[in-house]
Amino acid sequence: MTKKKKTFWPYLLVAPAVIVIICVVFVPVINAIAMSFQQYDLRRPKDIRWIGIENYIAMFSDRQFLNSCVKTLLWVVFGVGFQFFLGFGLALLLNRKFKGRGIVRAVSMIPWVTPGVLIGLMWRWIYDGNYGVLNDILMKLHIIDKAVPFLSQKTTAFPSVIVTIIWQGIPFFALMILAALQGVSEDLYEAAEMDGATSWQKLTRITIPSIKNTIFVTLLLRVIWVANSVDVIFNMTEGGPAYSTQTLSVYVFNKANALNLGYASAMAIFLAIVLGCAAIPYLRMTFKKEA
Amino acid sequence: MKKESFVKRFFTLYLPLLLLMLFILFPFYWTFLTSIKPENELYGKIVRYWTAHPTFEAYKKLFTTTVNFLSAMKNSFIVASLTTIVSLVTSTLAAYAFSRYQFKGRKLLMSIFLCNNMFPTVLLLIPLYIIMRKMGLLYKPASLILAYTTFTIPFSVWLLQGFINDLPMSLEEAALVDGCNRATAFTKVILPILTPCLVATGVYIFMQSWNEYTFAVMFTNNATRTIPVALKSLIGQLGVQWDLLTAGGIITIIPVCIMFFFAQKRLVAGLTAGAVKG
Repeated sequence: MTKKKKTFWPYLLVAPAVIVIICVVFVPVINAIAMSFQQYDLRRPKDIRWIGIENYIAMFSDRQFLNSCVKTLLWVVFGVGFQFFLGFGLALLLNRKFKGRGIVRAVSMIPWVTPGVLIGLMWRWIYDGNYGVLNDILMKLHIIDKAVPFLSQKTTAFPSVIVTIIWQGIPFFALMILAALQGVSEDLYEAAEMDGATSWQKLTRITIPSIKNTIFVTLLLRVIWVANSVDVIFNMTEGGPAYSTQTLSVYVFNKANALNLGYASAMAIFLAIVLGCAAIPYLRMTFKKEA
Repeated sequence: MKKESFVKRFFTLYLPLLLLMLFILFPFYWTFLTSIKPENELYGKIVRYWTAHPTFEAYKKLFTTTVNFLSAMKNSFIVASLTTIVSLVTSTLAAYAFSRYQFKGRKLLMSIFLCNNMFPTVLLLIPLYIIMRKMGLLYKPASLILAYTTFTIPFSVWLLQGFINDLPMSLEEAALVDGCNRATAFTKVILPILTPCLVATGVYIFMQSWNEYTFAVMFTNNATRTIPVALKSLIGQLGVQWDLLTAGGIITIIPVCIMFFFAQKRLVAGLTAGAVKG
């Protein structure tokens, strides 16, 4: 129920937030769009000029850009995919009754509140080729017989950073799915049990359909966050070795650090458009509920 | 429900839970252990999983040497608190308007906030860097606070709107009947009920700003750098000072962990309410 009378109040209330957002988001986005059509390199400040869509053309013949698109896709599919499965699993486990559940629930969320930089650096230390604990564990288990420099060789670096992002994302999925699970009515399960349903049937016929909205929104949010994440990869490998861990976000960040801002903007806009398309169904769903 | 056998319970609950928790918690254990190991055990031939000679030397060095971790903590605290205040005030007002009023342009404005979550950090980073430089804000805490509102305000509006939608309209109506106007109805009736939700949202904002790195590394210098940048700076030309880095890491996560544990329940309720109801 909402008030229909004409009044200036709502506009006054939303004004501060809207003004801030226009200044810090919309003006910069327009600037970024403008820059993407310019040669804008701060190392050559005298040579800033309009060049039309040249940046965009250059992008699609840039091997590093195409490589980083593939990496981003793998990063999101494997990263978010495993986050989802393990997070779902953890939520199902944490939804069962056992002693000490409260503490386990709270403690399992710590990776979510840990800064990305620290996550990157912690794992860099674990993966270390000389003193790293992972090498020690794998050697003790006789899985490998000599130390692997996980982050400094092309074949192992990318899987290693993906494991790290999976580790970071499990809690958020678990947290959201667990909350949704608690809203599923017990009666449904009891009725199903009376009809002799197996655990698997209960999971696929009751649990998943009941929480599909939460799953959908959580997946979408995570896809966007993971695709945009820079800090974990940057602090582990800076995109190396030989660009093998350079996702699009990291590539843009590296180009921005190198002060080639026009080109970096063009790539960032490409990323924003791709993610925006992914978000359309979410916006639709939100407004359908409103109506 | 019938009682499960212990064997079944072990394989379907305890064992998978133990493995998952081991995966989740081991990195923290390792970080803490590294921070209290004496240096000769840190870079020795044998990797030890326990130390007989714990030392807090690294923690001491963090605050007494040129690392100047205290100043980074102070900067982080200032930036995170101010971001929290600015975002909370503006978002609460906007969320209240979206939840309680039907007005022209409401959908458009709401979608502005929703779309915001999709903008990549790296997209905003570049133009904001130039704007801050032109305005003379670069390397000042204000630049970070403004940059952080790009993601904290939209997210808080979304979260708080969910909370306010859950409060019955009859609350304010009763207050209006009692002779309050809408403003006092808001401050006297809604705000007190909303306080726990505001705290939860505030914790989330604080956490995000405390942990942020991508903006921080470009918008700060030696004097104004925040904790994540300070941690990264421990990786130098001569290698990584792992003992200092892990000690700094442990100090960084303790305050946010404590805050998170208190706010957890509300925060999750808000997040899922937003997810389910949009």
